[in-house]
Amino acid sequence: MTSSGGPLVAFRGVEKRYSVGGRAAVAGLDLEVARGEFLTLLGPSGSGKTTTLMMLAGFETPSAGDILLDGRSLVDRPPYKRNMGVVFQNYALFPHMSVAGNLAFPLGVRGIKGAAAKARVDAALALVKLDGLGGRRPDALSGGQRQRVALARALIFEPDLVLMDEPLGALDRQLREHLQSEIKRIQRVLGLTILYVTHDQDEALTLSDRVAVFAEGSIQQIGSPAQIYDRPANAFVAGFVGENNLLAGTLVTRQGDECSLRLRGGQMVTATATGTIAPGDDVIAAVRPEHVGTGADRPALCNALDARVDELVYRGDHSRIRVGLEGGGSLLIRAPSAPSVAVAERLPVGWCRDRCFAFPATGVALASTDTGA
Amino acid sequence: MPGSRAKSADPRRRWWPFALVAPLLIFLLASFILPVVLMLSRALTDRELQTVWPDSAAALRHWHGNGLPPDVLAQRVAREMVAARRNGTLNRVANRLNYDMVGSRTLLYGTADKLLAGAPGNSVAALARIDPRWGRPAIWAAMRHADGPLTSHYLLAALDRRLDKDDRIVGVAPEQAVFTAIYLRTFKISALVALFCIILGYPVAYLLASLPERRANPLLILVLLPFWTSALVRTAAWAVLLQTDGVINSLLQAIGLLDAPVQLIYNRLGVYIAMTHVLLPFFILPLYGVMKGISPVAMRAASSLGASPLRAFLRIYLPQTLPGVAAGAIIVFTLALGYYVTPALVGGGADQMISASIAFYTNQSLNWGMAAALSLLLLAPLLLMLLAGRTLARAVPA
Repeated sequence: MTSSGGPLVAFRGVEKRYSVGGRAAVAGLDLEVARGEFLTLLGPSGSGKTTTLMMLAGFETPSAGDILLDGRSLVDRPPYKRNMGVVFQNYALFPHMSVAGNLAFPLGVRGIKGAAAKARVDAALALVKLDGLGGRRPDALSGGQRQRVALARALIFEPDLVLMDEPLGALDRQLREHLQSEIKRIQRVLGLTILYVTHDQDEALTLSDRVAVFAEGSIQQIGSPAQIYDRPANAFVAGFVGENNLLAGTLVTRQGDECSLRLRGGQMVTATATGTIAPGDDVIAAVRPEHVGTGADRPALCNALDARVDELVYRGDHSRIRVGLEGGGSLLIRAPSAPSVAVAERLPVGWCRDRCFAFPATGVALASTDTGA
Repeated sequence: MPGSRAKSADPRRRWWPFALVAPLLIFLLASFILPVVLMLSRALTDRELQTVWPDSAAALRHWHGNGLPPDVLAQRVAREMVAARRNGTLNRVANRLNYDMVGSRTLLYGTADKLLAGAPGNSVAALARIDPRWGRPAIWAAMRHADGPLTSHYLLAALDRRLDKDDRIVGVAPEQAVFTAIYLRTFKISALVALFCIILGYPVAYLLASLPERRANPLLILVLLPFWTSALVRTAAWAVLLQTDGVINSLLQAIGLLDAPVQLIYNRLGVYIAMTHVLLPFFILPLYGVMKGISPVAMRAASSLGASPLRAFLRIYLPQTLPGVAAGAIIVFTLALGYYVTPALVGGGADQMISASIAFYTNQSLNWGMAAALSLLLLAPLLLMLLAGRTLARAVPA
């Protein structure tokens, strides 16, 4: 491929509607993928992330806008001329061919046959650590092995770009974590550009150079895993990525990004303001369970509230405490070790202002918002 | 010990499934398997002479020679011939010998009447004086071939072969040799009908399998509709449509495609048209089932790997549908082999299939040995083909 300085892939104002005038599955999408980057599209089902991937692969046609690969429009190019490796959720191996037959298929299409093809098949099998299994049929493999074959098949013809659509969704947790590190290793070794779709935020944070959080057909935030986790752009991202306490309230004062708000239960707390919220607006305050201090740990100059322990779960390396706030609302706390409290006991809690963000309450609806009524 | 306890409980558990299917099994055995076996066994057994002429049959088996028999055998034949003429059972022997040697019937009745009238029958020479045919080996060979309990007569006859007086297998007279030609015709018609079903049915099954359910269902009903109509009714409908002055000919003439009507019925073309139509659902349905099971994502995968739509179809889709094609084609071929009504109604005299001959021997000439032999020769190649198909399917896993 020619290597211009620009992005490898660019979506420009892409929109997808399945029926004329119908709801947009994807709207106003602008996204760039840099060469060698691992970019994950993260979002709940129906958020448009898979549609975006399928438009890039060529299985869906954008209703508006343009998609560029290396600066050239892809829109009129059929899928089989796009030279992208695609890994599908359910492997999509060819059941009537052996593993080696599956791997040799994209080579045969490109006129690579005989000893040259065999050498590349063997190398691909070694890459995914399946040496010697070339003669097996897909139905004689375990789920993890099948996914490795699917991965090897998508890589063997040295595509410009690898697209992965929830590739680990059908596997159990342990296997998933193992394959995550395998994918990361292979990406490093081969310097691949990967566009990865998942609804699993752990997976997205583990694998990605950048994460694009999707909801209702558009990108809510794009950035490094740390940016997404530590500085969520809106209430949806705050609620979807990682655990968060989302507290509904009304903004009272604002000075720059410093603000104070009144929660539904009447408590006054301070927070870091985001967006264009002004006093009187409905807002949602987000604070992560690990940033809530309890008892003596409660930081001195912070939002200090009185609470009562409702539920206590010991998890070994940490404990989870659900408390009811004085005046109403509840809060989840992640405490580093076994706490010295019991259910129904009083527990003072608090958090720093710069760990708590106030977002506009408008925008994308959240699946589960604890409005703390 | 727990082991011995498990052992004692085992036999009952093992027999329980058999007990559950036993009623059906007994029903099938009594109403289907046993009659079929009994019927087919008639192709190989020969009991007429043994039953009616027990002494002669025993002597014939004892003699076991060529040419003319000893006089003692002729004596027994003469005695039992007279006895059979008296109690009315000569008919059975006469019919049986007539299959082997044309004219045996008149020979037996003529001789028996003369013997009854007092003519001597104590030697071969004496019988030959009544009718010179007794002095030739042919009638004695025919009797020897019929002495039971087993015979190759029917099977050989079904292949247009017979044993001559020296027990060599020879062809029957050319004007009697019909079955080989009918067998070949039967297999050819069935194979071609299966081929037409593949050509016409594959695209339909593909369309049905690729359409969304909402639109596929009405089409599926169109495929099934003829399936629910009796084959007889459908064949009769084709007879109406394909007439020389029928709907199709009139239509083709009306739009100017034809100047004169074309013969579409009472010939091979009519048989192909009607049988293909009647059997098409049997091909489409199994193939549709197989196609529904093929993941559409595999085609997307092939496309993403660089295969053009044609290549993806030929390399990925088509091979996965082959088991369905084979299943459908075998069903159609098997059903077509036994077809009887359709060729009889829309075919000409030269388009009749072997079932028509079987029906003739079963219902009209009452020669059940012949009917059984013809059935056996239809069944045996079919079973061989199915076995070969299964072996092939196992060698090339789907």
